[in-house]
Amino acid sequence: MKTSFESWLPRLVVAPAFVLGFAFIYGLMVWNGVLSFSASRMLPNYEWVGLEQYEKLWAIDRWWVALKNLGIFGVGYVGGALALGVTLAILLDQKIRAEGTLRTIYLYPMALSFIVTGTAWKWLLNPGMGIEKMVRDWGFESFRFDWLVDSDMAIYCVVIAGLWQSAGFVMALFLAGLRGIDDSIIKAAQVDGASLPRIYWRIVLPALRPVFFSTLMVLSHLAIKSFDLVMALTAGGPGFATDVPATFMYTMSFTRGQIGLGAASATMMLATVAALVVPYLYSELRTKPHDER
Amino acid sequence: MKKMASSLEIASINKRFGKGEKSVEVLSHIDIQVAPGEFLILVGPSGCGKSTLLNIIAGLDEPTEGEVRIGGRNVVGMPARDRDIAMVFQSYALYPTMSVADNIGFALEMRKMPRPERQQRIAEVAAMLQITHLLDRRPSQLSGGQRQRVAMGRALARQPQLFLFDEPLSNLDAKLRVEMRAEIKRLHLASGITSVYVTHDQVEAMTLGSRIAVMKDGVVQQLGTPDEIYNHPANTYVATFIGSPTMNLLRGETVDGQFCTRGVKLDLAGPGAANEVLLGVRPEHLLLRDDAPFRGQVSVVEPTGPDTYVVVDTPAGTVTLRTDAQVRVRPGDAVGLALEARHAHWFDAASEARL
Amino acid sequence: MTNAKTFLSPGRVLVYALLLAAAAFFLLPLYAMLVTSFKDVEEIRTSQLLALPQGLNWRAWVVAWSEACTGVDCNGLRPFFWNSLSMTVPAVLISTVWGALNGYVLSLWKFRGSDTLFSLLLFGVFMPFQVVLLPMSQVLGWLGLSSSIAGLVLVHCLAGLAGTTLFFRNYYSAIPAELLKAARMDGAGFWQIFWRIVLPLSTPIVMVTLIWQFTNIWNDFLFGVVFSGTDSKPITVGLNNLANTSSSVKAYNVDMAAAIIAGLPTMLIYAIAGKFFVRGLTAGAVKG
Repeated sequence: MKTSFESWLPRLVVAPAFVLGFAFIYGLMVWNGVLSFSASRMLPNYEWVGLEQYEKLWAIDRWWVALKNLGIFGVGYVGGALALGVTLAILLDQKIRAEGTLRTIYLYPMALSFIVTGTAWKWLLNPGMGIEKMVRDWGFESFRFDWLVDSDMAIYCVVIAGLWQSAGFVMALFLAGLRGIDDSIIKAAQVDGASLPRIYWRIVLPALRPVFFSTLMVLSHLAIKSFDLVMALTAGGPGFATDVPATFMYTMSFTRGQIGLGAASATMMLATVAALVVPYLYSELRTKPHDER
Repeated sequence: MKKMASSLEIASINKRFGKGEKSVEVLSHIDIQVAPGEFLILVGPSGCGKSTLLNIIAGLDEPTEGEVRIGGRNVVGMPARDRDIAMVFQSYALYPTMSVADNIGFALEMRKMPRPERQQRIAEVAAMLQITHLLDRRPSQLSGGQRQRVAMGRALARQPQLFLFDEPLSNLDAKLRVEMRAEIKRLHLASGITSVYVTHDQVEAMTLGSRIAVMKDGVVQQLGTPDEIYNHPANTYVATFIGSPTMNLLRGETVDGQFCTRGVKLDLAGPGAANEVLLGVRPEHLLLRDDAPFRGQVSVVEPTGPDTYVVVDTPAGTVTLRTDAQVRVRPGDAVGLALEARHAHWFDAASEARL
Repeated sequence: MTNAKTFLSPGRVLVYALLLAAAAFFLLPLYAMLVTSFKDVEEIRTSQLLALPQGLNWRAWVVAWSEACTGVDCNGLRPFFWNSLSMTVPAVLISTVWGALNGYVLSLWKFRGSDTLFSLLLFGVFMPFQVVLLPMSQVLGWLGLSSSIAGLVLVHCLAGLAGTTLFFRNYYSAIPAELLKAARMDGAGFWQIFWRIVLPLSTPIVMVTLIWQFTNIWNDFLFGVVFSGTDSKPITVGLNNLANTSSSVKAYNVDMAAAIIAGLPTMLIYAIAGKFFVRGLTAGAVKG
């Protein structure tokens, strides 16, 4: 039994978080929505124009390029990071010497800003100075690696840099997951005569489904939010060949004086993330019991 | 350490979860009077409501209806900290980052007792529990038994009106449990503080309590002294809950004044009721008698040292009896069973209540 | 896995080979950055990418720190470094303390609706911040905080609120209920329980949160580029400007030195307290 004071104090303490938090998250979200239905250009102008900004949005070539790039980047980044990360985790799980050192090496990119990553990879992928030059210096005179300036291939550079940054994260999660699997199940399978790859495929990986889903969730939402990496690596270029929704939104809102359009694109980004995350959060939270102490 | 003990009255406590049709009644009409200095045990299986009742007394939970009076004063609605009650928990719940001394003195600190007085109280309690040498240690450095002592010390230092124990010995191994049981009894005698003790272990209940409340499904099945509970159980539930091995229950009816089960008449006068009855007899009261009409075949013999348990298959079911170690029977032997009339417990087969 | 092979089987050799190849992949950029930063421009042009520099030429580093051009100004990264510091430290401290208090209430002093409210707050961990950029600019304008470090601190605290609260709430949920019952029976109140019992138990989660927040806030670019003004740009913005300033001769060595300078604080923290960093990652992601 709490005194009325005791009942109110916790609520009071947590109130600013809810008030400010909800205002920040939902309040501003709604405001952004309002802007997307307005005629705003350089400055906010709250004249209601219905879906005009959205129509404009879907008519712009650049937006479609951004979406296409998001798709390519999303699949490449998420798929690549997962593949690489899971492989590394499985390899590291084999009782490796210097495991700690290797883990540190795989993970350190996560400590870096995407800007640092972008800057470094811009150098490496620089045709004429980076990897292309390196391989040519090794004797392969006709080696070409100029993806960075190639409109069609530049987005794949972003994929490479992105998965370089995040594969370690996937590895860390899966390694922890692997370590959490009950040894006796593995032993039973070995006694039953299963080979190691088969054990991994049929028993271990299926047991890691929760880790898989939460990793998928985190990577996907990082992919959708990707802004820093693109800005540093290609600044959306060449032209706008590597534009993604996030850079599109920024350019429209803060460089081109098209606030309404920018707000509309932001709302589209929100919708995409929400479509992914809300079902996941809902299912996660439904299984947890709600109780009062 | 003795001070004026307080009485505890639990008056018509009800506790319901949920509303309307879907509500679950966790406690129904609990009425218990505990005299000052008494040691009341609440015993029953998990889910019977004993911990809920304890939490209500402590102030960690509220009843839906009813009152709890400590020293005559209704405390329902009063927060836990103001009720002057100390509690000992199953997991000891010692503050992990504080020393033993600080753990014991924490409540006193909260009540702003001046340091010298506090230290003296801590020293007294530590001496009483023989943990003076542990005062500077952290809980993580103590054994299970030592932690339990500290937990009790924390409660004792408060000199409260009421002690509550929530299954404090469940985490200890068997041997330690026996030692600590005696310890708790000793402390109760020395302090004289009114206590309510929750357990699911019927041995603890029988050895520690001055009175026992056997609970099931939120209802007090019987409230009485250990002797009353053991020798005059109010229903079959109490009868089978207390006592190990469990009381044997035989179903039958009275025919021509004698108890008859599955067509076999026992050499025993029936209770005279018209309906089907259950005959209850404790294992130690079942006797092996060659000429008895009620017969069976021995299936298992379990020697335990001082006694031997013999499991016998009879037409009316399996019964267990306890005999002297000297008695020699073997599995497969045919035996006759009898009992003295004064050891027979009669229950109505339908209501399971004592006749 | 349980089988510890003590001999080098072909399988084992393959495993090590793959792991080492991966290590090379991950170390390549860092190595390339380092060696390039110590070469002069001429050497960069003539030598191989991965060749060690002929000598330790620190010139590029000096330029990067105090002379490089980042748009209009040519003061190197130094002013940006201090901007980042004065933004990150307060933001980290405030958001950590705030998260601790919220997590404390939401795990140990739950009230009706608190779980639902928390679930709603949780969306803040995932939401794309693009959606608050435009309105927030307005808000900062009204508060007189646009283009200021204080404004950035405010935004980071709001953006980090959901995450820090999540960390602490999950951590505190593991505190046994009986411990709190005992404390309440002993007469301890809300603040006393926090101060005397919960906080002393919090060292691990505080470390995780501090490191996690520092890394995220120091590394942020989006808020930095949208909400800062001439004098309040963080180092990520400075670096990006520096690396993208088109001048006559591209000084790659300076770019690389600058990148390393920008990444040094978080890398150092990772080197020293890496295990807390990893814990933060796994805790945050696995628990959603």
